[in-house]
Amino acid sequence: MTGFTPDEMMTIAAARVLRNDDVCFVGIGAPSAACNVARLTHAPDITLIYESGTIGTAPDVLPLSIGDGELCDTAVTTVPVPEMFRYWLQGGWITVGFLGAAQLDRFGNINTTVIGDYDKPKVRLPGGGGAPEIAALSQQVYITMKQSARGFVDTIDFFTSFGHGEGGDHRQRLGMTTRGPTLLVTDLGIWKPDPETREFTVTALHPGVTREQMQETVGWPVRYAATVEETPAPTQEELEVLRDLKARTAAAHQKKDAA
Amino acid sequence: MARHIPLAEAVSTFLKPGATAAFEGFTHLIPHAAAHEVIRQQIGDLTLVRMTPDLIYDQLIGMGLVKKLIFSYAGNPGVGLLRRLRDAVENGWPRPLEIEEHSHAAMANAYEAGAAGLPCAILRGYLGAELKDVNPNIRSVTCPFTGEELAAVPAIRPDVTFIHAQKADRKGNVLVEGIVGVQKEAVLAADKAIVTVEEVVDDLNAHPNACVLPHWTIDAICTVPGGAHPSYAHGHYARDNASYLAWDKIAADRDTFRAWMKDNVLEARPEVFAERIADLGVAS
Repeated sequence: MTGFTPDEMMTIAAARVLRNDDVCFVGIGAPSAACNVARLTHAPDITLIYESGTIGTAPDVLPLSIGDGELCDTAVTTVPVPEMFRYWLQGGWITVGFLGAAQLDRFGNINTTVIGDYDKPKVRLPGGGGAPEIAALSQQVYITMKQSARGFVDTIDFFTSFGHGEGGDHRQRLGMTTRGPTLLVTDLGIWKPDPETREFTVTALHPGVTREQMQETVGWPVRYAATVEETPAPTQEELEVLRDLKARTAAAHQKKDAA
Repeated sequence: MARHIPLAEAVSTFLKPGATAAFEGFTHLIPHAAAHEVIRQQIGDLTLVRMTPDLIYDQLIGMGLVKKLIFSYAGNPGVGLLRRLRDAVENGWPRPLEIEEHSHAAMANAYEAGAAGLPCAILRGYLGAELKDVNPNIRSVTCPFTGEELAAVPAIRPDVTFIHAQKADRKGNVLVEGIVGVQKEAVLAADKAIVTVEEVVDDLNAHPNACVLPHWTIDAICTVPGGAHPSYAHGHYARDNASYLAWDKIAADRDTFRAWMKDNVLEARPEVFAERIADLGVAS
């Protein structure tokens, strides 16, 4: 087995959970890489949707933005943005919304709006974009992001996108009928919500990761499921697909002559 | 009724200081040339509307022309943050910036409501989201049939909407192809609409269901080849991703930003856009 980085493990572990029949609303960045690795390995028929309106897209390189031309070229159809959000997302067709985050709490609530106070922010982040409704209206939500003390916090500074709120049945109390975050894939392990409290608990550690490492990057006491597995290491095929995709992407984004 | 006129004339005729303007384009067909003309003419105190403010809004804000921004995602897509916008929000430079922040779903619905002549848009939105606590324009209505509480936001009705498109015909009918975003809605919602195009043709040769804006929905057509650069025009030229990456460094520093604006915008003309796309491949 060749070596692999924690980032590669994260992307591949996230790719594995996607199914061939999923209709996936793809966030940019880490989710986009995972979704395309899934498409290029075990889920060739997965429907990938980007918020620019491209439905069933199959890009050869990862898009820099959610609206790169190749997404449209390879899509089954491209619809106007209002239709994207009204018919396809609000209409309930999305089986998985795949999101990243700047800040995340133990209940899968996401902040991508501000660090600090909203009116006097320390850092003004880009904002929610499509995420608030993706989080609320997709049948379920997967989250993928690298663990860090800055990102995995006890209290997020702003509730951009609602996960399980305070936990328990908070989603139902707000009238939501969708499942919310059901999976969190990081560079260190895999987390799933506790069936009762909805707090994320670790269900698998990636190869070589210790519980001490896990806690170092998390701003709350990490809880573990009754059984904690070890994530199978990336296969040769998975690594090759991911590395080829990244290499093609880097070359495409740096060259001005992008024919 | 659309008139074919130069971009400088269209901007000075239709955009007044203090107006509400939308420059739409959902990562595609972004009307860069039009925004640069506004900057050259120093038309200020603007309220800008856009789902995805990116480089051109960073530029307009950094040049001090913007009073208020209505938006749903303010980033350099795939690269990071908008540094001039951050400087305005965090430090009030070069002037304080009022913001009204929404989600994409709400903005898209609000444009559609504007196009449909409705006062507001209704959506199943902002569930559990904190934006409704900081934006008084996010309210709720109760469905009279089911009792469900739904989010309501005001319709967007810009004084002027700017878009870029691939083609117009001699009459001024406009064809938009590829990722069409909210351009049709933004034009129909606006009081005045200015469209820059790659080319003027005898026949649009459009598919029966294509996104075509009839000439009587548009006020000015301005031919500006390359007018979306560094964004792209499907079928004409590819997105110049390297320029988006470069912007992150240019915008990081106030002096670097101002020097770049002087060289590339203030002392430039719409014709330079054709040169900027000369080396880019065709986006099929």
